[in-house]
Amino acid sequence: MSEPTRAAAPAGAAPAPATDTGGTDGGAATPPGDRRWHEAFARIVSGGWAVSLGAVVLAILAGSVMIAFTDEAVQESAGYFFARPADTFAAIGQAVGGAYAALFRGAVWNYEADSFAAAVRPLTQSLTYATPLIAAGLGVAVAFRAGMFNIGGQGQLLVSAAAAGWVGFAFDLPVGLHLVVAVVVGILAGALWAGIAGLLKAATGAHEVIVTIMLNYIAFYLLSYLLATPGLLQAPGSANPKTPAMAETAVMPGLLGDRYNLHVGFLLVLGAVVLVWWLLNRSSLGFGFRALGENAHAARVAGIDVRRTTVLAMGVAGALVGLAGTTQVLGLITTGFGADIDAGVGFDAITVALLGGSSPVGVLLAGILFGAFKAGGSSMQALEGVPIEIVLVVQSLIVLFIAAPPLVRAVFRLPQPGGRARRRPGRGATGTPTSQEVAA
Amino acid sequence: MKLELRGITKRFGALVANDHIDLTVEPGQIHCLLGENGAGKSTLMNVLYGLYQADEGEILLDGREQHFAGPGDAMAAGIGMVHQHFMLIPVFTVAENVMLGHEQTRAGGRLDLDAARSRVREIADRFGFHVDPDALVEDLPVGVQQRVEIIKALSRDARVLVFDEPTAVLTPQETDELMAIMRQLKESGAAIVFITHKLREVREVADRITVVRRGAVVGEASPTASDAELASLMVGRAVELTVQKDDAVPAGRGLEVRNLEVTDARGTVLVDDVSFEVRGGEILVVAGVQGNGQTELAEALAGLAEHVRGSVRLDGDELVGRNVRQVLDAGVGFVPEDRNEDGLVGTFSVADNLVLNRTDGPPFVRSGALQLRARDAFAREKVEEFDIRTQGIDTPVGRLSGGNQQKVVLARELSRELRLLVAAQPTRGVDVGSIEFIHKRIVETRDAGVPVVVVSTELDEAVALGDRILVMYRGRVVGIVPATTPRDQLGLMMAGIAPGTEGEAA
Repeated sequence: MSEPTRAAAPAGAAPAPATDTGGTDGGAATPPGDRRWHEAFARIVSGGWAVSLGAVVLAILAGSVMIAFTDEAVQESAGYFFARPADTFAAIGQAVGGAYAALFRGAVWNYEADSFAAAVRPLTQSLTYATPLIAAGLGVAVAFRAGMFNIGGQGQLLVSAAAAGWVGFAFDLPVGLHLVVAVVVGILAGALWAGIAGLLKAATGAHEVIVTIMLNYIAFYLLSYLLATPGLLQAPGSANPKTPAMAETAVMPGLLGDRYNLHVGFLLVLGAVVLVWWLLNRSSLGFGFRALGENAHAARVAGIDVRRTTVLAMGVAGALVGLAGTTQVLGLITTGFGADIDAGVGFDAITVALLGGSSPVGVLLAGILFGAFKAGGSSMQALEGVPIEIVLVVQSLIVLFIAAPPLVRAVFRLPQPGGRARRRPGRGATGTPTSQEVAA
Repeated sequence: MKLELRGITKRFGALVANDHIDLTVEPGQIHCLLGENGAGKSTLMNVLYGLYQADEGEILLDGREQHFAGPGDAMAAGIGMVHQHFMLIPVFTVAENVMLGHEQTRAGGRLDLDAARSRVREIADRFGFHVDPDALVEDLPVGVQQRVEIIKALSRDARVLVFDEPTAVLTPQETDELMAIMRQLKESGAAIVFITHKLREVREVADRITVVRRGAVVGEASPTASDAELASLMVGRAVELTVQKDDAVPAGRGLEVRNLEVTDARGTVLVDDVSFEVRGGEILVVAGVQGNGQTELAEALAGLAEHVRGSVRLDGDELVGRNVRQVLDAGVGFVPEDRNEDGLVGTFSVADNLVLNRTDGPPFVRSGALQLRARDAFAREKVEEFDIRTQGIDTPVGRLSGGNQQKVVLARELSRELRLLVAAQPTRGVDVGSIEFIHKRIVETRDAGVPVVVVSTELDEAVALGDRILVMYRGRVVGIVPATTPRDQLGLMMAGIAPGTEGEAA
């Protein structure tokens, strides 16, 4: 009888340091690096509201510094700072105060408008911008909760916009039905596009980050091709890479009349928030998503079909991003669209999901905040001459601060998360390496 | 070198892992640090080794106070540690591993391997080890790898040696050899700290015994103390070390495993042609040194192994080829070896973990929706029934102690309709009080007529719990023997030496 090829050398020739007490010498052992990454991932995507709030505050403070530095009056008065320092501070106050006042006027309430209707317009504009951000943010958040990083928002959004738009202008359907069909087709397209990434991960183990990024390129160039090819998505008789306008029957009706841009899509997105909350917290499918995201090994042992759940989670994520795509083409820009229809929403959605701690309500609030930034940013530029890039920097800083919770915790003296070190020592010998150091 | 720890206190947040611990270790003495898992032994040693900074207290070597910022300082001061998990690089040779961290170089920064080789030989000869300096560490048996760790510590002139649970991965024979080495080191004047929770080993080598419980020293014991005395010191009350059970009354067909082979993705054979039967109302313990295929065997029974050949029949139904869900539905209860990794979702509540593998239908899921009321009622009942010490059913299971976590897993598995229970290392990392409880429940399951397979690397547990014992070595069955088999024979079987008498020898 032949010896097994180095079969299970006693106690594993070299137990990985991370697997305690030789806990999983077998094939299922998680490499320590993998586990560390997973822990960092979990901490970043569910940082808690205090960290989110802190990150926003810090980012706005940092934004203030940049506004002050780029302001001409500040630069001028700083030239004679030691002669009259008060001038510099006054200029800084004026620049920063003015900029944020303009942001507020552009995003929430225009207190200089003559009528209520005009004064409230910025708020409705913020909600309009927030609509796709919330939907796509939910899509990224669902993937986060299932332990996956969906960077493919852009691609999913473009594909769903193309599908919904195509139904929107090329079909002739009765009022009501047309819109429903267009929305459903858009959502399905997003789900399928993300489902490809889920399927590849489930079948081959391909990492969803790589696959979704690549699918972004494919979607972008596919859409560009469709837009530039007569007879496909390109408007007839036009040389521009742009679709025709949507049919009247496929356009989402306004919520507050023609004076405002806010459309029915916002209600759909609110419905999606509720649905996602139910899905994650009350459904067996969402239970599977969360179990997979928190501990894929335990999920598998508990009989949860990891492959199927992976595909479904990506599908649901894509469907939600797809909703964002349909609101873009059927609600916001109904006069036809080009390949820039995603308007950065696919990537901003990642920030929104992070800021919202991957919870539906958090995503709703974060989406509204980002919608407000978008609406207010342009008025800041128009009224105060503050470059709109400042808003983008503030948004980026928010991500940075959320990804670095220890920094935010240190600045605001928040308690460290009830972390491994603090766990009861009785956790025992099968704990993580850190808990092992504490325990036993 | 004399080691003194005075009033060492180490806190993690609200938890006091070490509470004013005093410990004195004289040269030429083996000082045993005895305590349950989680008593704070390893924390104390990590403080000594410079991995943690003590919040209070001082470390003295020969009366001089020491301040260790890291393991480097501790090593330089003459402290060596043999870790439970070897800190060796498998693809390096023995000499390379020994020199790692304080490499001697020749001109031009070239490594002086010859110096390292001769250092290894010199130390090996001094203690009568047989270690080839040029052997790759990954090719060496575990016992020899441990010797490399010891050589590594000695090569840095360590005068205080700490052994952290060194016998966890050793066969009984290797353990005896280690004991002999420790005595030799003691003769040479080293101060030795021996951390363990195995009472037998303690009485064999210890000169002094300090018992630690809940982060504090609860007393000293003499090496002549009985097992029961030591155990009650460890847990704070009298403990029943044997399992009360009647003789097995096997009935029914139960589990029949035929020619089972499990390979990993690369085709390495992990379980090699294993056959056995367990009838209803019988406990079969799969014993062996960690890593000899027991884990993979248990996973294969639970439907978790990917590459399986052969047959696993439960009451006549074939289980090989079914997915995990179908195996669970066939009535297989599975207590995985690593509960944090495979058994529980740490961030989920106790209640969610109690229904973790039951979210595919009634009563906990109806038309896709979780039935929270049914779940909570069930959870409350099980917390009561299994005496799970938790603040509430909403507490994340990761905050529970090891014993209570294991009770959650056990409660989940035992409350399904079982036709087979597979429990891998059911009492690992579990406090002594919970061990009693878990053993009792496993025996009750047996008495209810369910076939039970327990994987255990603890000989004590195997003998106490099993009706029959199957010993595995290198993926094969060495033999299946009654639980009354003498320990030294079981020990030989764990080293791969088949019994001359009965059993299905490999």
